[in-house]
Amino acid sequence: MKLLNQSLAYLSISILLIVSIWSVVFYANMLDEIYDSIDDGLANYKLLIINKAAEDSTIFSKNEFGESNYALWPIDKSEAIQVKDSYKDTLMYMLDEDDKEPVRMLTTAFEHEGQYYKLEVISSMVEEDDLIEDMFWAIFWLYLLLIISILLINNIVLKKVWRPFYDFLEQIKNFRVNKDSPLPTMKTRTKEFLELKHSCDQLINHTLDAYADQKQFTENAAHELQTPLAIIINKLELLVEKNSMENSDAEMMAELLQITSRMTQLNKSLLLLSKIENKQFFDNQAISFNELVEQTMIDFEDFASFKEVLVKMEASQEVTVTMNRMLASTLINNLIKNAIIHNQAGGEVIIQLQQGKLIIQNTANNGSLDAKRIFKRFYKNGQSQQNTGLGLSIVEAICKLYGFGVSYQYIEGKHSFCVELEV
Amino acid sequence: MKILAIEDEKELLKAIKNSLEKEQYVVETAEEYHEALDKLFVYDYDCILLDIMLPNGSGLEILEELKKAGKSGNVIIVSAKDSLDDKLRGLGLGADDYLTKPFHLAELNARVKAVLRRKQLDGKNTVEFGNAVLDLGNRELRIGGELVVLNRKEFDILNYFMLNKNRLVSKTALAEHVWGDHTDQADNFDFIYYQIKNLRKKLQEAQANLEIQAVYGVGYKLGES
Repeated sequence: MKLLNQSLAYLSISILLIVSIWSVVFYANMLDEIYDSIDDGLANYKLLIINKAAEDSTIFSKNEFGESNYALWPIDKSEAIQVKDSYKDTLMYMLDEDDKEPVRMLTTAFEHEGQYYKLEVISSMVEEDDLIEDMFWAIFWLYLLLIISILLINNIVLKKVWRPFYDFLEQIKNFRVNKDSPLPTMKTRTKEFLELKHSCDQLINHTLDAYADQKQFTENAAHELQTPLAIIINKLELLVEKNSMENSDAEMMAELLQITSRMTQLNKSLLLLSKIENKQFFDNQAISFNELVEQTMIDFEDFASFKEVLVKMEASQEVTVTMNRMLASTLINNLIKNAIIHNQAGGEVIIQLQQGKLIIQNTANNGSLDAKRIFKRFYKNGQSQQNTGLGLSIVEAICKLYGFGVSYQYIEGKHSFCVELEV
Repeated sequence: MKILAIEDEKELLKAIKNSLEKEQYVVETAEEYHEALDKLFVYDYDCILLDIMLPNGSGLEILEELKKAGKSGNVIIVSAKDSLDDKLRGLGLGADDYLTKPFHLAELNARVKAVLRRKQLDGKNTVEFGNAVLDLGNRELRIGGELVVLNRKEFDILNYFMLNKNRLVSKTALAEHVWGDHTDQADNFDFIYYQIKNLRKKLQEAQANLEIQAVYGVGYKLGES
């Protein structure tokens, strides 16, 4: 939820609550005040009637309300003693409304010349339901007005206040450590934003330093390891060329050369992995996977025919992906190479290209692989000594870099690797 | 032919010098930036092997100096750095080739010859050995004047052998040169043997006086029979 909407939501809910509570209290107070004033009126009226009764005895014949607002009738003394002044709401038929409407009634008793009378005085009340309705609408409009003004304030004032923040956020999003992009800027006088910028600057500078160190380390590691490897390989080659050794010695040399070349490969793979994980590949371009797969198939032709494995492609459509070319070919290479190596004579490799999917299946030489560990570094299944155990880790690292999904399944005697190319 | 090898790693420099001298080149060496610059601006070389990371300066700076002086041709950069940026930068500064460490001596030899051939290129672009003539432009093999049809891989293999006459070519070096980097995890290089077998058969049928000898388990050597 956007920050602006979030504040709007909180404000609306709290204002709704405040306005509701306020309206209940207000309503209760109003009602109380109205009753109070009606009751005062009734009490006054009562006194007026009692006073009038002293002068005008015709009053005692008013046993019904009729056109006037009171009625009285004689009662016993014992009964009169029990009567206390009481106010209550009751319903009474009103001529103009043609309905029963609430009235306020005062019931009391008084004594006149030794005779006791019971007196009921009524006063028509402001219609309660009308009052509630009126108040509801008043509150509703008030609420609406408040919300609209908050919306406006949010949209105009808050947006203006938060603009530097959003600008900054956008710049941070586009910031790449490996490109020479300038530090994100922020034009603001808001203290918190300035602090944020300051912290971000520190973080970025720290990251840039760490990144530069890391990159330097990667390069140095490459340099430091590749050169001794070059020396070993070249010296061994010169030694074998001398032609002055026994066959068994030469064979040992051959083994050493093979091991050295494995080390070279291992070193290259680890460097590639660290470079992928350090996100050092950025020159993305649209790449046709169909073309790349065809090219890779040609590259592996000899190897596949030596292993007696048939490699075929089933492309239902053209699949184009935007990524670094070298990584794309590494991804495809490693998967196809894997499928050819871990196969059996007479087996096959089927490469499927579908809408956003690359599926590579191969006949398995020995059962299912551990789907959980298969992408882990140095995972080795079987006896292949020459395998560095990094091929699939590199595949996974490349997929992770671009947000592709990669999965392994064992289906009907076949290993199946699926790369979902749509992010 | 005079070659200057600029490399700060003494042992590697020795191996390079040793290997190139077998091809009858005059090889001089420089181990740091200033020494390299001094030699480059006093003498002329047919080919320069240039390491990028050097004491007291960078190989790329040397390349810039050479470019300013109009002498940046015939340079092969030999570097442990294999990032595309470095390659592009080096080649952009006029280097002819870029070889990443570690490399095989046979590969270095092949690259040096390619650079030298480009420099001479007196009308013919062929490699000769025994009664075989390899036309690199048309990718044709003639033995005693007769055309022998080779497939792409066979041609590449023979070419690599011809560039390393009478020298050991290891299976790894051959696989990397002909099949590219993809072969690395292939559990062995036996599949190379099949191509070699076919090539041998074709050479024999055409009565070439060339012979591809197997050297123990290491690799092969092309010699005259």
